[in-house]
Amino acid sequence: MRLALFADVHSNLEALSACLDHARKAGVDRHAFLGDLVGYGADPEAVLAIVDEHVRMGGLVVRGNHDEAAAVEERSAGMNGAATEAAGWTRRILTGSRRVWLMELPLTRREGDAFLVHGSASAPDQFAYVTDPRSASMSLQAAGDAPYVFCGHVHEPVLYHQGPTGRPQPFKPVPGVTIPVSRHRRWLAVVGSVGQPRDGNTAAAYAVADLEKGTLTFHRVPYDWAAAARKILDAGLPERLAVRLQKGE
Amino acid sequence: MDAFPGEGEWLDGYRIDGRLHSGGMGQIYRVTAEVDPGFPLIMKVPRLGYGEPGEAITSYEQEQMVMSVLQGPHAPRYVGAGDLAKQPYLVLEFVEGFLLADWVEKAPLPPEEVARLGWALASALHALHQQEVIHLDVKPSNVIIRPGGEAVLIDFGLANHAHYPDLLAEELHQPVGSAPYISPEQVLGVRSDPRSDIFSLGAVLYELATGEFPFGSPTSPSGLRRRLHEEPVPPRAINPAIPEWLQEVILHCLEPDARLRYASASQVAFDLSHGAQVAVGERGKRMHRAGFATRFRAWFKAKGMEPARLVQPSAHLASAPIVLAAVATRHGNEFIFCHQRDVVGRLLAGPDHVRLAVVTVIPPGSEVGVDTEEDIATTQRIKHLVLLKHWAEPLRLPLDRISFHVLEGNDAAATILDYARANAVDHIVTGSAPPGLPLATVWGTFATKLVGESPCTVTLIRPTAAQLARAAREQDGPPDPR
Repeated sequence: MRLALFADVHSNLEALSACLDHARKAGVDRHAFLGDLVGYGADPEAVLAIVDEHVRMGGLVVRGNHDEAAAVEERSAGMNGAATEAAGWTRRILTGSRRVWLMELPLTRREGDAFLVHGSASAPDQFAYVTDPRSASMSLQAAGDAPYVFCGHVHEPVLYHQGPTGRPQPFKPVPGVTIPVSRHRRWLAVVGSVGQPRDGNTAAAYAVADLEKGTLTFHRVPYDWAAAARKILDAGLPERLAVRLQKGE
Repeated sequence: MDAFPGEGEWLDGYRIDGRLHSGGMGQIYRVTAEVDPGFPLIMKVPRLGYGEPGEAITSYEQEQMVMSVLQGPHAPRYVGAGDLAKQPYLVLEFVEGFLLADWVEKAPLPPEEVARLGWALASALHALHQQEVIHLDVKPSNVIIRPGGEAVLIDFGLANHAHYPDLLAEELHQPVGSAPYISPEQVLGVRSDPRSDIFSLGAVLYELATGEFPFGSPTSPSGLRRRLHEEPVPPRAINPAIPEWLQEVILHCLEPDARLRYASASQVAFDLSHGAQVAVGERGKRMHRAGFATRFRAWFKAKGMEPARLVQPSAHLASAPIVLAAVATRHGNEFIFCHQRDVVGRLLAGPDHVRLAVVTVIPPGSEVGVDTEEDIATTQRIKHLVLLKHWAEPLRLPLDRISFHVLEGNDAAATILDYARANAVDHIVTGSAPPGLPLATVWGTFATKLVGESPCTVTLIRPTAAQLARAAREQDGPPDPR
């Protein structure tokens, strides 16, 4: 089974469409969305409609902190100004039933050898960041016996690998290279962000896991970020959110 | 417990024919495949049982990952691997030839033999580095010289591929290669610098040329740490038959600071095959180790040594290309020469690791009326060498970054292509047909062949029609007043 992994779409329809198109050509069988479907971008309804459709066809989805903030006002406490503003804007746009749908998404999913979560498996509802070997180790430990943990939240692609004795080691994946990821060691993949990349590269990030063969491929897909940025400005969302897409940071 | 297959047994379509080698990390067998791949095979079976070092399995996985993507004649061909959960093994090409270790037994070898073997090894390492692979365990027992003279690296159990996770980094106590050959940065645990292989290459060259290890064979961690500042006895002090240029090359590879070494293995190969053109400096001439004060300074500097981190081998190589300027000394005109020199100058304006080989092709042999054939050849060659040097003068390149070559051949394109392939040239810049050259079709054939068959990037110098017309007018001088 070839599983496409999309994290942090953040209401960016242009980026999501480009990644879906890329994944279709890559021959994926199934789609997984690793949280933060909305927030920041100007197309929450269109993005959620697409995700909903994939879920109906057997796709997988987990809830992110921005999804909660867009559904329930109290959940935006502690977010920065632009994020709070975008969450409020999204909340006004979405229908009541869409917001209920968002809040009913699970925080984690286990599918065969794969464990899906937005932040860290160690406390899925706290949305802790996995940014170093220590936090990666905690997430892997909490994920039970799943050899693969797939997550988002941190907007830069990283692959942590852990042998039977050592601590996880970070690896910066090279786009398009198919990496063998054998089941007898453990892997934690931060797949990068579809809708708001922050590593200085404007191209959307997503990954494809082949769980039968034991391989993982990180991809970068160029998309029309200018159109997505223009929509953000037209919607009256903070200018900073448009500039981020243009710089990829 | 280990379950090693026995002779005559079948394993996943391979028949075990007999054991070749048994070691700490596992066993190696000759095998025959059910489906014959057309070349002889070996099977490497790692030692995995209870109480065995975990490194054996990680090292096996690392080797499998690297071998499965490596291509070309400088590594054994990869045929297949066993399932790790059942019976792990690697099936690889059995490489015919002699271990470089067999030559080491006869060391010190004549300088030209050292240069020939060193060239083969350097070329092989460059081919690996171009594929993002760093071997990290270069030593005579890990190199096979094929009957045709090509070097093949074997045992990639410590290798690192920049496009894949470094599984060995998971181990708490990383294995670090072989004491006599490993680089200072490997002693510090860095596994990402292709120049580590260049250091080990230098240690192998040193051993071939002198019969001794440059730094002995330390066994303790403190002994290994001396690698960070130690300076070997100059090879010529051990074996005076070694020419200065070869000592220059060897010690250039063995610089403790990776940034002071050759920037690429192809540049080492280039110098080993053009000894006469190596710019010999203090390194090549020294006959003693540095005095106490210098050694103390080196030791002190090494105390705080932070190895330079590199991104990826290929990205590093991209900053250290060999550029070939094919200068048409027989047909050229000053305008084309200037234009070509400008283009080459722009390529050289980048990082100062770029090396330039200035090349021309002349027909082999005879002109009537001169004494012997040898004299003609020499006279011709010198004449064109003077033109090449004149062409390059305005570039003001230091001698260690430029070399000049008058090649002989009837087919200029084929001659340049052969030279480019043999020397791992990265970029060819060639002149175009000067205005008014008869036989423009000959030029067309040359350009088509060069571009079509080139192993690397080619830049064709093509001035605009207006520039050519202006150059022609300037050459003719102002029209006569009427």
